[in-house]
Amino acid sequence: MFWNLKIENYKIIMLEIKNLHAKIEDKEILKGINLNVKAGEVHAIMGPNGSGKSTLSSVIAGREDYEVNEGEIFLNNEDLDELAPEERAHKGIFMSFQYPVEIPGVTVTNFVKTAINETRKANGQEELPAKDMLKKIRETAQLLDIDRKFLSRSLNEGFSGGEKKRNEIFQMAMLEPKLAILDETDSGLDIDALKVVANGVNKLKSEDNAVIIITHYQRLLEYIVPDFVHVLHDGKIVKSGDATLALELEEKGYDWLK
Amino acid sequence: MDLKDKLAASFLAFENKVSVDTDSNVHDIRSNAFDHFELHGFPTKKDEDWKYTSLNSILKHNYNVLPETEVAVEFAVVKKFFLHEIDSYKIVFIDGVYSSFLSETSHDGYDICLLSSALKKPKYKMVIDHYFDTIAANKSSITSLNTAFSKEGAYINIPKNTVVPKPIQIIHFTTGSEAEILLQPRNLLVVGENSHVQIIERHQSLNNNVVLTNSVTEIFANKNAIIDYYKVQNDEKTASLIDNTYVKQQQHSHVSVNTFSFGGKLTRNNLEFFQEGEYIDSTLNGITIIGEKQLVDNHTLVMHKHPNCESHELYKGIYFDKSTGVFNGKVIVEKEAQKTNAFQQNNNILIDDGATINAKPQLEIFADDVKCSHGCTIGQLNTEALFYMRSRGIPKKEANGLLLYAFANDALEKIKIPELKTRITKLIARKLGVDLGFDL
Repeated sequence: MFWNLKIENYKIIMLEIKNLHAKIEDKEILKGINLNVKAGEVHAIMGPNGSGKSTLSSVIAGREDYEVNEGEIFLNNEDLDELAPEERAHKGIFMSFQYPVEIPGVTVTNFVKTAINETRKANGQEELPAKDMLKKIRETAQLLDIDRKFLSRSLNEGFSGGEKKRNEIFQMAMLEPKLAILDETDSGLDIDALKVVANGVNKLKSEDNAVIIITHYQRLLEYIVPDFVHVLHDGKIVKSGDATLALELEEKGYDWLK
Repeated sequence: MDLKDKLAASFLAFENKVSVDTDSNVHDIRSNAFDHFELHGFPTKKDEDWKYTSLNSILKHNYNVLPETEVAVEFAVVKKFFLHEIDSYKIVFIDGVYSSFLSETSHDGYDICLLSSALKKPKYKMVIDHYFDTIAANKSSITSLNTAFSKEGAYINIPKNTVVPKPIQIIHFTTGSEAEILLQPRNLLVVGENSHVQIIERHQSLNNNVVLTNSVTEIFANKNAIIDYYKVQNDEKTASLIDNTYVKQQQHSHVSVNTFSFGGKLTRNNLEFFQEGEYIDSTLNGITIIGEKQLVDNHTLVMHKHPNCESHELYKGIYFDKSTGVFNGKVIVEKEAQKTNAFQQNNNILIDDGATINAKPQLEIFADDVKCSHGCTIGQLNTEALFYMRSRGIPKKEANGLLLYAFANDALEKIKIPELKTRITKLIARKLGVDLGFDL
């Protein structure tokens, strides 16, 4: 019985992080992270500035500035260690950037088309026919309350903070990742923009995908309710709990956990 | 015999031949120009303006300096070098000789034809006397060399209040019928009051024989005239080009010169603007993308002499392998030129360790109530942007290409002929080695 249960559990773990250590320029930032995320779950990772939150998301997405010197990351049982950022994206990892990059001359639509078709190509699929692509773009824009004009603007160029974040969620919705990591998506957003972003994430959530929300504050978690909350401090997860932990942190700050 | 001696010997033969059917005025201009060239010779690296660009390797060839052979070329073979998607006038030369077969000229309301006939026929005498070699005279030894041998090229004269309804393409082909050939095309463009014209100029080799083109273009924009000039420089790796373009503008005129340098062995652009009235707008745009051991040198000058004028200069460069770029942007604002707005920007990306850029903004401002700015950057690709794109599933090579395209984009935005913009965009994509899966 115990044996069966374990196998079943093992199967549905989507992301498995084992004793992860990572450093940048000889400075160790992550000092042994363990985390399991299953399909259908929402995890929040909270912590003060400098605790390693953004490093963790960057390492999962494959940023090459960081060196993983110990530990492993598995996505659906596959070791990510040797995979380039684009290969991780092709396997279903998406990271929403805290500071999305401006790319003049390339429209939101063309960028998303390229991203989708490159992913399909890598997975041995045909390019999505133009008609289907347009339909999908239109439906997704509607879902996220995005004006059509927005889609023909240059990617992130001259976008407000809110527009940039909404554009990140739009790309996420178009790419349909298995694992979405939202890195400080709430920073710099007013309450209305925050609601739109949260609403989008909630609509896209399903039993087949998982979401990791990296945040400093609790306020996004009022709109996207996490199944688990983890507190990161000095490169380690020092406490895990359910959604109520976020409220407790809001009230007491982080000092009591040190 | 070195090239200078050969040119001296050829000049006498050339003059004897063309002087009979040319107005004596032009004869004097040629003789004086040759004296000027003979006195100064070819520029060397000792000249400040040629410090980073040596002509040694391209001057050592045994060029045929007076090519006269007519060579026929099928349109199908060269179609791709024309902007054939749209209707246009065409002035086409093959190995320096006019090709009536490939050309489409006009005398209907304006003259779009040949300099050789303009120099010969009395009815053009007034225009020639008034304009020919009036800006280019004694500007440099290399320009004088062109003047001395000036015989053929495009002659475009647009009277006032005329909008030329389609662009004019000036194309010079070389076929390789001569192993080593020196071409010296000479263009004269006069645009009358309130008139508008668009020009596309291209030099194209059809094989790998050695070509040196020393081209001179004089452009006159009268009051309120609008001229958009596009130079497509994407020649074979055995072809070199020295392009000397001089622009004189009268009040309220707008002239833009856009230079796209993607090919050739050595390309030197001398582009000079002279403002002769108030409320003039001068625009200089350039995109350079080269690799291997190619060299592109952009030397520009904008001379602000009168109040209330503007100049906008934007040059972008992407250098691969062991290629070399030179940018020298001189802007002079004379004492009388108050309320001048002069902007200059030069941005460069060095992709490989062996690539070099020598960039020099040079502003000389003698007026006190002006807005002048210049910015010069040399950098590598933005790694954060690269990671952003890769994290969305776009592979490294494509992401690089897209980023470089984005870098060059603002200079591309200025192209006012949509079909040309598409063409240049495709050339850039090919140059960057990416198939982006959509038309940028």
